[in-house]
Amino acid sequence: MSDKKIDETTGIETTGHSWDGIQELNNPLPRWWLWTLYATIFWGIAYTIAYPAWPLISGATSGVLGYATRAEVAEQITAHQAQNAELASALVAAELTELAPGDDLHRYATARGGAVFRAQCSQCHGSGAAGATGYPNLLDNDWLWGGDIDNIVWTIAHGVRNETDPDARYSEMPAFADILEADEIDAVVEYVLSLSKPDRDPVLAEAGNTVFLDNCASCHGDMAEGNRDLGAPNLADAIWLYGDSPEAVAYTVRNARYGVMPAWGQRLSDADIRAVSVYVHSLGGGE
Amino acid sequence: MDTPSLYAAREPIFPRRVSGKFRQLKWWIMAITLGIYYLTPWIRWDRGPNLPDQAVLVDLASRRFYFFWIEIWPHEFYFVAGLLIMAGLGLFLFTSALGRVWCGYTCPQTVWTDLFILVERWIEGDRNARLRLHRAGWDVRKWRLRITKWVVWLLIGLATGGAWVFYFTDAPTLLGDLLSFSAHPVAYATIAVLTATTFVFGGFMREQVCIYMCPWPRIQAAMMDSDTITVAYREWRGEPRGKKGTDGAGDCIDCMACVNVCPVGIDIRDGQQMECITCALCIDACDDIMAKIGKPRGLVDYLALSDEPAERAGQAPKPVWRHILRPRTILYTAMWSLIGLGLVYALFIRSDIELTVSPVRNPTYVVQSDGAIRNIYDVRLRNKLGEDRAFRLSLTSDEVLRIDLDDRARNLTLTVPADSTVLQRVYVTARPQDPAAGIDRTDLRLWVEDLGSGDRASRATTFSGKVTP
Repeated sequence: MSDKKIDETTGIETTGHSWDGIQELNNPLPRWWLWTLYATIFWGIAYTIAYPAWPLISGATSGVLGYATRAEVAEQITAHQAQNAELASALVAAELTELAPGDDLHRYATARGGAVFRAQCSQCHGSGAAGATGYPNLLDNDWLWGGDIDNIVWTIAHGVRNETDPDARYSEMPAFADILEADEIDAVVEYVLSLSKPDRDPVLAEAGNTVFLDNCASCHGDMAEGNRDLGAPNLADAIWLYGDSPEAVAYTVRNARYGVMPAWGQRLSDADIRAVSVYVHSLGGGE
Repeated sequence: MDTPSLYAAREPIFPRRVSGKFRQLKWWIMAITLGIYYLTPWIRWDRGPNLPDQAVLVDLASRRFYFFWIEIWPHEFYFVAGLLIMAGLGLFLFTSALGRVWCGYTCPQTVWTDLFILVERWIEGDRNARLRLHRAGWDVRKWRLRITKWVVWLLIGLATGGAWVFYFTDAPTLLGDLLSFSAHPVAYATIAVLTATTFVFGGFMREQVCIYMCPWPRIQAAMMDSDTITVAYREWRGEPRGKKGTDGAGDCIDCMACVNVCPVGIDIRDGQQMECITCALCIDACDDIMAKIGKPRGLVDYLALSDEPAERAGQAPKPVWRHILRPRTILYTAMWSLIGLGLVYALFIRSDIELTVSPVRNPTYVVQSDGAIRNIYDVRLRNKLGEDRAFRLSLTSDEVLRIDLDDRARNLTLTVPADSTVLQRVYVTARPQDPAAGIDRTDLRLWVEDLGSGDRASRATTFSGKVTP
């Protein structure tokens, strides 16, 4: 029973579908459109077979092509390492003090060192290397153990206060809570603060000077200028690793501080250590 | 009951040859647009020894765009964005004034389809011959004609794809490389893809690209109104259709000339249709018939639908300029001109030294051991000339600040190689007693001076001090 329905207004065949008296005209799509649809369906299925796709209870189908983004990344890393092998060995052999900004090797070292820094160092020293209370700011010109490139390499390679590395930096400040009287501690705190801050109590500071010379000067120096061999900080400058409030300084005197840094020589390659040293040195604080 | 088919094979269209003033105009536009497209990459332009000497070049590798005397760097991409916006507004303007003139005359799909139909007509003959050939069985003659046609189409496609790649690298060098099969695979792949799309779109898809793939037919209705001058049928003059001389019949003799020449296969007498690309070939066809039967031309014509009542009543239509000059076209023209003027202005104030200064805000400042406050800035210096230049950096500020370069030698001069950018860290320091050290923000300006020419450029930035609560 073939009864084609023709719409009177347009003269176009209808599909026979009608809603509330509205007829649906039959304006068929081109056939290539249909074949394009079939082709995309076929492509979609083939794709999920060829590449990792279907979720399973643990993991997913791996795909017959064996493609994996992790493998691709590993491949790229290997390729880049091979590409940079020459620069890396040049960096290991180079005299770092002779690297000048603008040299290819210096550029390579700062780029590689920046990557190492962001991955390994930024957790404590901050992504901009500005540090935090208890974690040194690497942008300023105050260095506990020396800010020239060789000292930076040493500090990074061996770390600070760790027993895993015999060459690690060690600073040993006694806890003066059991050694000094409370008023002596108050006085020495006042003295130390007066070295870099105006408006401290001069009488108390004068008393503190005596306490300082008797107990602290052996490491921090007569003028409180510090001693890099011992990792004793300069107390006369404007930079305070643990804060410049009287409470923070008093806490340091009573209990001493215990800053630790891992020995990166045990974890990173020579080239990485040297690269990150050049990077840190180039940030603006290096000597 | 028959199930209606949801998908149908394409009904082939065999446009008949037509001649007339619009056809003539289209030939000219085809010649000019194809000429511009194929020849532009071969125009030379001397820019000096270090820069390419191709007048129009999109140098993706070194991120430069050369357009005659204008050189655009990536950070000046707003020129390209501005031109694209102008192209869009221009399309709105022309569509609201003259309907789909872009579609009918200059759209690449129209131009190349026209060219392909021309080839088809040369090889297989005009409409009737092509219809016969279409219905004929696949004998030797049909194969010969078809293969000849396809080969010519492919050659046109190859030239089309070939011309495109010349815009992206030095054309004579690339042509040599292409012919000796030593060009980059990307060049061959691009040519292959564009050859294939030209062949398929111009040869087989034709009006289907306009109807099913192009979004513009769906959008253009919003650009047009009853004042738009567009191709239409004077129904009040043509209807009722009938043979010449029939009593009471209109001017339309139902000869189907307008339908037979239509490249999208519609009947303009059915009124405004989405498929119509306003190519005006039906006007030429109808005018030809009207001349033959001794009637005035313009049964099918460029006209504004708002004139219909006047024309029906036998009055003169509004003059064309009154249709074209109306608020929306004036608005589009104003917007288009403003952007154009803005771009021209931007082009003239461009300097050949460019300086950008980004203050490092991680951290905002660094305290030095003597209590001085230091800020760090990343300074990018672009030398847009074809020769190396030396620059001196300096700063001005109300407060006393110091400026240092990265090598910490207080050397404030910096050499930037030809046509390149140098990134330099700059340190600015306020001594502890300077007011800037204790104020949240201090304005300062970094200057750069070309030691050769004395040209200067500057950027304003701020210095962050340490504010103690």
